[in-house]
Amino acid sequence: MWSFTIRRVLATLPTLLAVISLCYFLLHATPGGPFDSERQVSAAVLANLQAKYHLDLPLWQQYLLYLQGLLSGDLGASFRYADWSVNDLVAKALPVSLAIGGTAMLLSIFIGVTVGIVAALRQNSVVDHTVMLLGNIGSAFPSFVIGPVLIMVFAISLGWLPAGGWNNFAIQFMVLPVALLTFINVSTIGRVMRGSLIEVMHSNFIRTARAKGLPERIVVLRHALKPALLPVVSTLGPLTISSITSALVTETVFSLPGLGKLIVNGAGNRDYTLVLGLVVLVTVLAVTMNLLVDLAYALLDPKIRY
Amino acid sequence: MNPLTPSKNDGLVQGLSRLPDPGSPPRNLWADARTRFFRNKAAVISLVVLSTIILACAIGPLLLPHAFDTADWDAMSLGPSFKNAHFWGTDEAGRDLLVRCLVGGRISLMVGLMATFASVTVGIAWGAVAGFVGGKVDAFMMRIVDMMYAIPYLLIAILLVTILGREFYLVVITITVFSWMDMARIVRGQTLSLRSREYVEAAHSIGVPIHRIITTHIVPNLLGVVVIYTTVTVPGVILTESVLSFLGLGIQEPMTSWGVLIEDGTKVMEVSPWILLFPAAMLSITLYCFNFIGDGMRDALDPKDR
Amino acid sequence: MNMNTTSNPLMQVSQLAVQFETPDGVINAVNGITFTLDRGKTLGIVGESGSGKSQSVLAMMGLLATNGRATGQVLYQGQDLISMPTADLNRIRGNRVAMIFQDPMTSLNPYLTVERQMTEVLELHKGLSRREARVRAIQTLDAVKMPEAARRINMYPHEFSGGMRQRVMIAMALLCEPDVLIADEPTTALDVTVQAQILVLMRELQRDFGTAIVLITHDLGVVAGLCNEVMVLYGGQVMEQGSAEAIFYRPSHPYTAGLLAAVPRLEDGDAPMLAIPGAPPNMARLPAGCPFTDRCAMALPQCGVERPAFAASAHDADVLRACHLGIEDVTRNLQYLKSQLGVAT
Repeated sequence: MWSFTIRRVLATLPTLLAVISLCYFLLHATPGGPFDSERQVSAAVLANLQAKYHLDLPLWQQYLLYLQGLLSGDLGASFRYADWSVNDLVAKALPVSLAIGGTAMLLSIFIGVTVGIVAALRQNSVVDHTVMLLGNIGSAFPSFVIGPVLIMVFAISLGWLPAGGWNNFAIQFMVLPVALLTFINVSTIGRVMRGSLIEVMHSNFIRTARAKGLPERIVVLRHALKPALLPVVSTLGPLTISSITSALVTETVFSLPGLGKLIVNGAGNRDYTLVLGLVVLVTVLAVTMNLLVDLAYALLDPKIRY
Repeated sequence: MNPLTPSKNDGLVQGLSRLPDPGSPPRNLWADARTRFFRNKAAVISLVVLSTIILACAIGPLLLPHAFDTADWDAMSLGPSFKNAHFWGTDEAGRDLLVRCLVGGRISLMVGLMATFASVTVGIAWGAVAGFVGGKVDAFMMRIVDMMYAIPYLLIAILLVTILGREFYLVVITITVFSWMDMARIVRGQTLSLRSREYVEAAHSIGVPIHRIITTHIVPNLLGVVVIYTTVTVPGVILTESVLSFLGLGIQEPMTSWGVLIEDGTKVMEVSPWILLFPAAMLSITLYCFNFIGDGMRDALDPKDR
Repeated sequence: MNMNTTSNPLMQVSQLAVQFETPDGVINAVNGITFTLDRGKTLGIVGESGSGKSQSVLAMMGLLATNGRATGQVLYQGQDLISMPTADLNRIRGNRVAMIFQDPMTSLNPYLTVERQMTEVLELHKGLSRREARVRAIQTLDAVKMPEAARRINMYPHEFSGGMRQRVMIAMALLCEPDVLIADEPTTALDVTVQAQILVLMRELQRDFGTAIVLITHDLGVVAGLCNEVMVLYGGQVMEQGSAEAIFYRPSHPYTAGLLAAVPRLEDGDAPMLAIPGAPPNMARLPAGCPFTDRCAMALPQCGVERPAFAASAHDADVLRACHLGIEDVTRNLQYLKSQLGVAT
């Protein structure tokens, strides 16, 4: 088991390294960027840049020191703000994103799987059609359309919830963002679960299980569920990646002070080093999530042996 | 002497016979596909609607009295009305919304078209080479594809936009960089399987020249999936541009696109909801149409794959 | 069937019919099957693909697809399996009447160990604890000649070879020592050598456990090796039914004769291979009369119009057949055809 894990971790390293290096060297090519002698920054920012990025050393040394810095968790200095390092900004923004994203992901998995199972077992019923319809809407309409619509309905028309903003993890500011993310994810998870369970229920081994006289409850829970969950687990990988996109949009739509907003603002400000640091961070998170999903899949499927 | 009682047909002995004839040759794939496609009501309606939208975006602004960026001081933030022929109303700067939607549509569709063309080309080239050459080259090329998938594209897109700027062609390039992988994977899969099909080997072994093999066996099969996946790529590309523009990182002033318009709309949706709803509706309908057409093509060209 | 059956047969099937509702209309997959099964006997159901043989036994076990409907009676110890509520049926399936399927790779759950798939049967039907069930399962695996049963039982199905997997299926079916074992093409997916082993195994088990077997197959060799009685199906209807000897040595129906003649024999040398012309019928559009009419060399005008009665043959009261031609006509025509084609009679 461990050798499997280590092998998978090692397999992701080239990707990480490639992304980080690419971004780093792209920055070097940028006119007016942090590594260009023509950059226009305040003296304080320049001092920070000097300290963090060792601008007076040869390029390859700069690069290696940068990587070393990354390994010890230092994400760099901001190009615009002299007072804050990237780490400082992240420390304030990460909890927000985690709270929203984490809650949404857990809810999505739970609701999505349940709803998918019910729809599959009651095919062509009212429940099934509703699930499929909502699933279609969630997948077809972009998140930045559904989000404002939610705001228009629940915040503006009904006035039940605030239209955006944040107040130290107060619940009412979390409801709509989490709802949006959950809705989008559930439409994917629900449909995959439903399709997968329907297909598994037509398998020969389910017929065998019934032929043995097992009650339907056991047939579904013990025989059908595990194979049906596998495609859902596979979906979680790409879903995490796309959640990042959704998170960026959600935080913009609802004005949440999370990582997404930080990135978007940073990009708008042409704060190169901030964006670089954040991109590195989020890529590491994404790759880690993918790895966890792979491991979960391997645990579930006995045909995969370490 | 024939002791058999006469058979029901013609008095001839049918009897136990030698082994039967082989079957008849297959029908024309494309004629079949066209018939099947046009029987799909959703796909046909989508085709009509989409054509209308494209036509409207192309020539509509020429027929309407307003330019997309001139302010009508008489009619600021006007709802849809017949006053001054502002059929869809105006925004806070008095600009006619219908014209802006159509012009924005031009940009969104053009970016979509160009980025699709570019990613399809890259994808086909990448996949065909990998599938045809095979072996280590194939493994390496597909590793790169896997790596691209693992990267949260929007982040890199944001980084690229931060570094390179928001010129029109740069936006197209950025989008292309992350949209070619699906096509590459599919084309590679098809090429691999086609290369080793028995009928290709058979044709080769009886002396059919390579170019004939390619045109009769390989291209028609590739064409099918290429068409299908192009119609799947287009909405994804349009969506990517919209998300970027929505975040303020895509098309920039004075040009506009649906994503930009939607973002404008969210800022004032409390008081002027139509400014959000019309562009959102246009984008959503266009995406829906592409999805139905894509589904229709997939069903038409590969009827087993329900 | 043998008119001197024991007065208390294990299973009595009367006029079993299966229909499917499809977008193309109603399909009569099985159209009137009647037989009796005695303890320790083996009935072979023979037919081409699509003849309805699998659907008939699936109907008996209540395993039809959702758009299928079974009519008729399947009496097991006086209770009708077809009209029984599922909860009651579940007490019988896997317990008194067990079934093994054609492809053991897809018929066993790849995500559960063999141990789990076997012990659950005993836990459910015999109320054993997991540990007791495991012991009994290993014993049964030993009985089907699975080497190293105690170690192998913890493995997953994909870790076994085809023949071993089928042994697992058979063992799983025999755990509760059922009265009836239904085997749907148990050897079709296996190599020829393994086929022979499985058949030998089944015969021994029948001898040791006294199980009655219903064996579905399209392979006449398998039938000859194992079955007491044979039922020949075509187009969902019974063509001929009787003891294996009677059917093999004196086929009384054109279809049976065709099947037997089509079996290639080594001693035929270079003689032409024979086949019944045409293809299995479209079950959605069967003729009003005998379904074999279109492919029958001896068909009379009335064959396509009027369904022949299923009754005892003139030459042997224990053979039942459905054919408008008399047994003498069939035999004579057969000899003529064979001589025409240069095949030894």
